[in-house]
Amino acid sequence: MLDQGIGARVLRKEDDRHLHGRGQFVGDLAMKGLKEVAFRRSSLAHGRIRAVTKPAGTDSVIITADDLKNVNPIFADSSIPGFKASNYPALATGKVRFVGECLAACIADSRAEAEDLAESVEVDIEELPAVIDSLKARAPDAPLIHDDWADNLFLTTSVQGDIDSLVKTAPIKVTRELRTGRQCMHPMEGKGVLAYWDFQADQLVVYTSTQVPHMIRTGLSETLGLEQRKIRVIPPDVGGGFGYKCVLQPEEIVIAWLAMTTKRPHRWIEDRREHLTAGANSREHHYQITAYADEKGRLLGLDAEITVSVGAYSVWPFTACLEAAQAGGNLPGPYDFQVYRCKTFSVATNKPPFTPYRGVARPGVCFAIELMMDAIAREVGRDPMDVRAENLVKSTQMPYNNVTGKHYDSGDYPASLKQVAGLIDAPGIRARQKAPEADGRLIGVGFSTFTEQSAHGTKVFASWGIPVVPGYEQATVRLTPDGGLEIRAGIHTIGQGLETTLSQVAVHELGIDYDQVRVTLGDTASTPYSTGAYASRGMVMAGGAVSRASQELARRIRRIAAHLLQCKDEDIRFEGREIRAGGASLSFADIGRAWYLRPEQLPEDVNTMGMEVTEGYKPQVDTGVFTYASHAAVVAVDPETGIVEILDYAAVDDCGRMVNPMIVEGQVLGGTVQGVGTALFEESPYDQSGQPLASTLQDYTLPGASDLPWIKLGHIETLSPYSAHGIKGVGEGGAIAPPGAIVNAINDALKARGVEITQIPATPERILSAILAAESQQKGAAS
Amino acid sequence: MKPVPFEYEKPGSLSLAVSQLSATGVNGKIIAGGQSLGPMLNLRLARPEALIDIRQLDELSRVQSDEKTVTYGAAIRHVDFEDGLVEDATQGMMRHVAGGIAHRAVRNRGTIGGSLAHADPAADWVNTTIALNATFTVLGSTGRRTIAAADFFLGAFTTSLNDGEILEKITIPRLSDQAAWGYYKICRKKGEFAEAIGILVVDPARGFARAVLGAADAPPIVLDQLAASIAESGTAKDINLEEAVQAALPDASPVSLRHHSVALQRAIQQVYPS
Ligand SMILES: Cc1cc2nc3c(=O)[nH]c(=O)nc-3n(C[C@H](O)[C@H](O)[C@H](O)COP(=O)(O)OP(=O)(O)OC[C@H]3O[C@@H](n4cnc5c(N)ncnc54)[C@H](O)[C@@H]3O)c2cc1C
Repeated sequence: MLDQGIGARVLRKEDDRHLHGRGQFVGDLAMKGLKEVAFRRSSLAHGRIRAVTKPAGTDSVIITADDLKNVNPIFADSSIPGFKASNYPALATGKVRFVGECLAACIADSRAEAEDLAESVEVDIEELPAVIDSLKARAPDAPLIHDDWADNLFLTTSVQGDIDSLVKTAPIKVTRELRTGRQCMHPMEGKGVLAYWDFQADQLVVYTSTQVPHMIRTGLSETLGLEQRKIRVIPPDVGGGFGYKCVLQPEEIVIAWLAMTTKRPHRWIEDRREHLTAGANSREHHYQITAYADEKGRLLGLDAEITVSVGAYSVWPFTACLEAAQAGGNLPGPYDFQVYRCKTFSVATNKPPFTPYRGVARPGVCFAIELMMDAIAREVGRDPMDVRAENLVKSTQMPYNNVTGKHYDSGDYPASLKQVAGLIDAPGIRARQKAPEADGRLIGVGFSTFTEQSAHGTKVFASWGIPVVPGYEQATVRLTPDGGLEIRAGIHTIGQGLETTLSQVAVHELGIDYDQVRVTLGDTASTPYSTGAYASRGMVMAGGAVSRASQELARRIRRIAAHLLQCKDEDIRFEGREIRAGGASLSFADIGRAWYLRPEQLPEDVNTMGMEVTEGYKPQVDTGVFTYASHAAVVAVDPETGIVEILDYAAVDDCGRMVNPMIVEGQVLGGTVQGVGTALFEESPYDQSGQPLASTLQDYTLPGASDLPWIKLGHIETLSPYSAHGIKGVGEGGAIAPPGAIVNAINDALKARGVEITQIPATPERILSAILAAESQQKGAAS
Repeated sequence: MKPVPFEYEKPGSLSLAVSQLSATGVNGKIIAGGQSLGPMLNLRLARPEALIDIRQLDELSRVQSDEKTVTYGAAIRHVDFEDGLVEDATQGMMRHVAGGIAHRAVRNRGTIGGSLAHADPAADWVNTTIALNATFTVLGSTGRRTIAAADFFLGAFTTSLNDGEILEKITIPRLSDQAAWGYYKICRKKGEFAEAIGILVVDPARGFARAVLGAADAPPIVLDQLAASIAESGTAKDINLEEAVQAALPDASPVSLRHHSVALQRAIQQVYPS
C-alpha cells in the first residue's frame, strides 16, 4: 500500500483545517459567561513575600495564595540518590524565586480588564540577592534559593572512568570551556487553558494546550485533590509544543481550581511577553571538558564537568534531573571510545524552571562534543571531517554499547557524514578557501553528527525514578458500521502530523482507504492512557500500538470475511482497499454491516470483542531506538562585523522506516531552523539581579526565512531491529546538530585569525569581540 | 499584554486633529501606523487617555514639490517610498532606505512622520533626514513652525515637539544629478533595527557634503568636516576613520566602535569605490 500506507507522501489530514484557519485552539473556544484571567507576576527574581494585598472590593475577582490553601504544590521527586525536590506552589508562597512567578490570578470579562486588576494588586516583597550564574550558585557561600536546603544543588551525578591513566599517556590533550545560552521555546501558540464544570457529567473539563493530556489529568488530580474520574482533559489543536507543554503548569492548576470552585468557565492565554520572561526555561549549560586523543586524533577519553542552570523548581513529571542526566549520558555522542569521566551539577537558580526542550540536553552536548572533535582535529593538524569519520562508531560494530551503556541499535554513522559532505560539496569548499573571497568574507565548513535516543521507555525513565514512567502505549481502532476506521490514542498531535501518520500505519495493516480513517487524540474521556508526546516517541510508540491493534482487527475481519466468502481465513487478502479471496471481494462496509447491523450473518465462532480493538505496545528494548544524523554547514563570516551568513546547509538522517517522508522532512527542517536559532540568534540573558533582558521579540531574535539558505536533505533508511516496522523517532533530531555544525564552520572560517568561538548563540557581537581580542593580542605580541 | 483603556478619535481634518490633541493635553497621543506605538501600548509603557488617529488625513499624505525641494506629508508610509508611489527627491536614496526598514508588513503601515516623532536613534528615517539636511514643519494650536532635522532630535526617543504639536511635513532639499550617496547599516538580523548606520551624502553642485553615524545610543552624529574633506579629495584613504569615529563616540564599546567605523567606511565606499 505504498500509495497511502507506510512510506507514502500523503498530504496531512491536519492541514485542511489549519490552512483554512479553521483550527480550534484554546483561544478560539467560545463559551457563555467565560471569564478571562491575567496573572500578577513577580517583578523580582528572589525575595521574601511580606504581603500580596487585594484592593477593597476585589475579593472575589483576585485570587492569591491564601485562597488556594487546599491546593497542593507541584512536587516532582526523583529516586536518584541525593536528589532534592522542591515545592512549587501554583501561586507563590513564602518566597518568590524567579521573575514571572505567579502571585495572584485576576478575573474579568476581558483580558485587558483582568490586566487592569492585576496592576491594582499591591505586592510587598523583601528583595533577596539573586542567584543567576550557575557556577557562582554552586559556591558554598551562595544565597540559598530553597531555605531548607544546604546548597543550591538539585542533584550532582558522576561517572568515574579511569581518566588518570590517560592524563599521563595520551599524546594529545585538548581542554575547552563552553557555554550555551538560555532559551525560550517559542511555539507559535503559547500556553493556554480553559476550564469549566460539566454538570451533566459531574466533571471538571479542562481544555489545555498540552502535549501530555493524560498526565495533566493525573497531575491536576494530585494538586487539586479531585479524583481523576471527575476530571476530563481535552487537548484542542496545539500550535507547537517542543517540550514547553509537557509539564504541569501553575496556570493550569489555577484555572482548573477556579472552574472547580466557582463552577464557571475561566481561561488564561499566555502572551508573548509572559513567554519571554516566565518561560525562559531551557538549554543553558556550561561545560568544562578535556579530551584525550592519539596523534591522529583518535579519541581515547573524555573528562567533563557539566553544569545546568535548572532554574527555581523541579517540574512535574520530568523533574529537575532530566536535563543533566541526559547531558551526562549523551555527551559521548556517536563516538567510539572507552574512557569517560563526567560530573554533572543541576543547579537551582532564580530563573524559570527548566523544562525539556526539543532534543533535551542533546543540542548542548552535541555542540560540546562536536566542538571538541574539531578542536582535536586542529590540534593534530587534520581535516575535522576525517577525524570525525574515524572516531564514529562503524556499521560493523552495530549493535554497539557505548561508554555510558547506551545501546545503539543500527545504522551507518560514517555513511551519513559522507553523504552530507557530498551534499555541500566539501572538497569544493576546501578548494574555494584557498583564494580570498572578493567581498573579504571568510568561508568555513563545519560538521556535526549525533545520535538521538528515541522512544526510550520504561527502564530508562524508571532509573530516574520520576513521578510518571511510560509503559505500554495503547491505541484503539474501531471499524464503523459503514466501513470507516476510527483510531483513538492518548498521545497528542502538536504539529507533528500524527493524525496522518497513525492513519498511514492502519492503512498499511488493513489496506483500508486513507480517507476512510479518522483519528481522535488525547481526550482523556475517549482515549487510552498515554504519557503523551515527548522524547521522539509518538511514531514508534503510538505507531506500534496502532499497528498491533490494526493487526488484531485484521484477524477478526478475516474471520468474518472468510465466513461470508466461504473460504479459509488464510485465503483472505487485504487488497485494493477491499477484502478479497480468489475472485470474490467484500468492502469494509460489508464487514461493518455484518457485525453491527446484520449479526445473523456472523460465524458461530466470531470474536465477541467485535470490531473494536485496544492494544498496548512497546519496542523489544526499553533503551530506545537510535536515530542518527549528520549535518553540514557552510558559512561566510564578515570579519569586520562578525555577521555570519549560512551559505549552504545539509542534513542526512536515518530514522529507520519513514512512515511519511514528507513529514520526516518537515520535522528535520523545522528542527534545523530551531537549531539555527540556538546557534546564532536566540538567548534570554539576565542581569545580576535576575531581570530578564529579552522581554520582547526585538531583544530575543528568532531566525527568519531570510536568515536561512535552502536546506538540503538526504536520508538513509536502516530499520531498527527492535521496533514495529523498524521505525525510529525523528521529532527532535533536527534541533540537535545545527549549533555544532554552524559554530564549527565559523571556527573553520576564523582559524587563520586564531579565533575560536566557544559560546552560543554566536552573535555578531561575540564573534567580533573574539576577533578584536585576537587582534589586540597579536598587536601586543608584535610590539 | 493589553493596553490601558483609552478613547479613540479619528478626526476628519488636520485642524480637528490639532484641536483634539490640545484638548487632551499631555494625556492624548497621536497614532499613525502604530508600529512603534502599538507595542508600547500593549506593554503599557504608553498609557494615553486618548488616541488621535491621523493616518487617514489627506493633508498628511500629500507631496508638494518645487525646484529646490520636495515636501512629504508625515503620514506617508514607508511602502509609498519603497514602491516609488511618491516622488523621490534624492536620486533613489529615500527609496532605497525605505525598502530596508523592517519587514514589508511593518512598512505597509509605518509612516515617515511616526518614525521621526518616535525618534529611535537606530531608525532609518531619523538618520536619513539628518543626512539630507531636511526641515520639519510642525503644527500646534498656536501655529506652525519649522525645525531643522538636526535640531529636532534632542536625545534617544526625545524630540523638540511640544505637547499638542503634530509633525506635519518633511521638506527634503533635492539632490542634484551630480549628487551621490552611500548608506550602510549593520543589523544583527534582516529586518531588525540597526546596530550601526553609516551615511555619506555629497552634492558638489550644491556644495553639500555630510556624513552621519547612526544607531549609537544618542541622536545621529553629523561629521561635516570629515565629509567635506572626503568630498574634496574624492577618497577616504588618508583619513583614519576609526579614530574619527572614536572621537565622535567616546563611550562606545570596542564592538560598537568597529561596527560604526565599518558602516561609515562602507557607505563612503559606495560613493567612492576604491
Ligand atoms: C518589527 C519591527 C521592526 C522595525 N524595524 C525598523 C527598522 O529597521 N528601521 C526603522 O527605522 N524602523 C523600524 N521599525 C519602526 C517602524 O519604522 C515604525 O513604523 C516607525 O518607527 C513608527 O511609525 P508609525 O507610523 O508606525 O508611528 P506610530 O507607532 O503610530 O507612532 C510612533 C510615535 O510617534 C508619534 N507620532 C506619530 N505620528 C506623529 C506625527 N505626525 N506627529 C507627532 N507625533 C506623531 C506617536 O504618538 C508615537 O509616539 C520597526 C518596527 C517594528 C514593529
